[in-house]
Amino acid sequence: MWGSRKLISSGSRFLGVRRSGCRVAQGDCPRSTASAGLEIGKSKILCLVRAHFRARRWNFVAVPSHGRRVYSENQLSWTLPIKPWIFSEYRIMWFKSCKMTFVCFNRMKSYRYPWTRLYSTSGTTVDSSEVKTFLALAHRWWDEQGVYAPLHSMNDLRVPFIRDNLLKTVANHQPGKPLSGMKILDVGCGGGLLTEPLGRLGASVIGIDPVAENIETAQRHKSFDPVLDKRIEYRACALEEIVEETAETFDAVIASEVVEHVTDLETFIQCCWQVLKPGASLFITTINKTQLSYALGIVFAEQIAGIVPKGTHTWEKFVSPEMLESILESNGLSVQTVAGMFYNPFSRYWHWSENTSLNYAAHAVKSGAQEHQVPAESVLKEETEELQATASTNAGVREEVKK
Amino acid sequence: MQPPILPAQGGKNRFLIGLFSSHVLVPVLRWRLKLQVIGGLCSGSASSGGPSGAPSAAQMGTMAARLAVSRWVAARAAARRGPLVSCRRWSGVATDTVYDVVVSGGGLVGAAMACALGYDVHFCDKKILLLEVGPKKVLEKLPETYSNRVSSISPGSATLLSSFGAWDHICNMRYRAFRRMQVWDACSEALIVFDKDNLDDMGYIVENDVIMHALTKQLEAVSDRVTVLYRSKAVGYTWPYSFPMADSSPWVQITLGDGSTLQTKLLIGADGHNSGVRQAAGIQNVSWNYDQSAVVATLHLSEATENNVAWQRFLPSGPIALLPLSDTLSSLVWSTSHEHAAELVSMDEEKFVDAINSAFWSDVNHTDFIDSAGTMLHYAIAFLKPTKVSARQLPPSVARVDAKSRALFPLGLGHAAEYVRPRLALIGDAAHRVHPLAGQGVNMGFGDISSLVHHLSTAAFNGKDLGSMSHLTGYETDRQRHNTALLAATDVLKRLYSTSATPLVLLRTWGLQATNAVSPLKEQIMAFASK
Repeated sequence: MWGSRKLISSGSRFLGVRRSGCRVAQGDCPRSTASAGLEIGKSKILCLVRAHFRARRWNFVAVPSHGRRVYSENQLSWTLPIKPWIFSEYRIMWFKSCKMTFVCFNRMKSYRYPWTRLYSTSGTTVDSSEVKTFLALAHRWWDEQGVYAPLHSMNDLRVPFIRDNLLKTVANHQPGKPLSGMKILDVGCGGGLLTEPLGRLGASVIGIDPVAENIETAQRHKSFDPVLDKRIEYRACALEEIVEETAETFDAVIASEVVEHVTDLETFIQCCWQVLKPGASLFITTINKTQLSYALGIVFAEQIAGIVPKGTHTWEKFVSPEMLESILESNGLSVQTVAGMFYNPFSRYWHWSENTSLNYAAHAVKSGAQEHQVPAESVLKEETEELQATASTNAGVREEVKK
Repeated sequence: MQPPILPAQGGKNRFLIGLFSSHVLVPVLRWRLKLQVIGGLCSGSASSGGPSGAPSAAQMGTMAARLAVSRWVAARAAARRGPLVSCRRWSGVATDTVYDVVVSGGGLVGAAMACALGYDVHFCDKKILLLEVGPKKVLEKLPETYSNRVSSISPGSATLLSSFGAWDHICNMRYRAFRRMQVWDACSEALIVFDKDNLDDMGYIVENDVIMHALTKQLEAVSDRVTVLYRSKAVGYTWPYSFPMADSSPWVQITLGDGSTLQTKLLIGADGHNSGVRQAAGIQNVSWNYDQSAVVATLHLSEATENNVAWQRFLPSGPIALLPLSDTLSSLVWSTSHEHAAELVSMDEEKFVDAINSAFWSDVNHTDFIDSAGTMLHYAIAFLKPTKVSARQLPPSVARVDAKSRALFPLGLGHAAEYVRPRLALIGDAAHRVHPLAGQGVNMGFGDISSLVHHLSTAAFNGKDLGSMSHLTGYETDRQRHNTALLAATDVLKRLYSTSATPLVLLRTWGLQATNAVSPLKEQIMAFASK
């Protein structure tokens, strides 16, 4: 049963292709991503249930193909904590009947989010008149008080986290630019919010993002700074596209707030592994897959407080630290640190926390020279076991130093 | 499980896209128009704001115009704004030098700021520029006569100066440490004595020229990181648009007197209490002039003493202070009414010396009632704390005044409502001006530097944009907390001691005596003032 994993991921990619295909005819439609997400969600229900839900819920979830329209109010409220994607679809319908413009605005916002259009890199599918609209909004990336304020503020945590872990590996560093001489890949760089600080610390950074507008914003923003202009290179592409030319070149790969948007995490991590030098570091920050993260990360942050643009996140794509760790370990990356992060929306600051049930950061190191190839079957088996073991417990901060 | 969603979704999308164009696109365009209008208004107000307003207005207008992506929107808005529209493009973006930090004003505080950044380990890779209107000030040889402009340097300020090596130069030249401070009232016997039990220095009296020389020396030593432009004045500042936009430069553009321009990620305004930077940024400044001027002079004492006490007496006309310079020399700071100050500066030297001595010794303002009330409290305190002996010392008498050392300058209070804006920070007198009665003016400035350097250094080590408000507000919070308290205390003291009304004299007499009796309170005051 679990062996169907590969099929699912290829299926999702297929959907992605189809989606961009229909985009040519219909114009760009971000909500279709959500619908594709719904599809994937359905086919991935097996994995979900395996990870988190008990048998009773399994029954409920197993019959959703006709469910979207027939759920009564009661049923809906009952299923909310279990199936966020249904809720989000419902939300759209509700808005449609009440206030169309809100939905549209919602849609506009979600355009800005990079990873909702993961596979639409081809310039020909993009409506040129809409690009202008997005370009006008692209300045939002660098508005420290705007929609991306939490990401700006997160730099106070993630930059020192990356810097200190990288500095552990070098004997002495040049004052003023401690990361000089290091090559870093920032996957999903967006407007370059994290790329620029790393460049200022002296590293030569390549920022990639599949959304061309994001790269344009990032490119333009760095062009005003003659120092950063030399240290940073941006490319509008997906990670897979640069794997071959950059194999084993980076001292660090950073995927900050990215893995929760990736359709196939396993492949993604494998790509990261390929571009890392032996002994180099992979840094990940993401959102845990807990009921709390649904309540705070989606319901509160997106719908009530508006901290994050609506439609940014799909709960089902969130990754638990246990899941992430098992994928990392099975792909030749030994996990060094997992630390929780907590955002205070009132002070607008992030804090380190012992609790990983919301956001967390992980640092993994590519194991030495040895080739690490584990058969897919056994990986999944391991994973299942680990998930079963840890599904109900909350891991907290774990400082594991392996090897 | 069949996927029936895609076609349905497609239909919905088509429907939504129709809405998108009519409901959202139009409001968005309207929103842009609004911005245009705002841009127009901004440029209008800026052009009336001062000499620096004219070029910035033009550029702001251009930036506002760029907001519009569609050409017709721009054309429409241009038609609305009429004469304010400028076709000038943002000029010189590519050619200007971009500095990480520009300090405007090379006085004590500005030079120390540039120095502190130049020696900070996290600023090794940064480009710093110091702009100074005046010429380079290096003392070829230490002059025999003391300068009449001296500063009281607190231990905290001395720590800052030694953190980048300037204090060593000062030690090699000349300074005078004081271990004791006696402050007393002209209208009563009340006094307060601050002294350190452990023979630590309470502070140092240093000539401003000596500090300046030390800073210049240290700036020369880091000339690879800190560029100093003497005899150059910033005549115009162009602020970045309040929200970042695609095509406009995010940096502050500075136009110099010779017409050249440069850009900076962070501008630090250290250009004194009439700060041009503050005015150009339109930061509100709460200020008033005191009805007092300060007379300064270098005085010769009638006999050589240990001379390690700073003396200050509150006369009804204003405080008079005698600060030690050497065994036989002291510096005078006498705050008094403008007329009296002018008279003091112009009167002949003997009369001037007599005026000083009588200001310190005369009991003409005493009244019997206040004296007996003060004595009562004194006995009460002596009864409660029999061990405490507040030793009253007598100030030295003055023999003569150094020729041509007399000068006067007006006094006032000022406080900027904001110390920071995006890409801008104010330090020293540009942010706050204070009465010299507490000897805190330059120390507050040096305190600003310590705090700002700390925040900037952390920001640089975290790879942050130096002009970002996220750490600049940290500096503002830290310093406003300290400075407003000090400013308010100084202002209240000044007002409280400017009167000879009996109830207030009684109040301050008892207050001073009580404060003098409570050692922990005195220690708190000393700790606060020596930061």
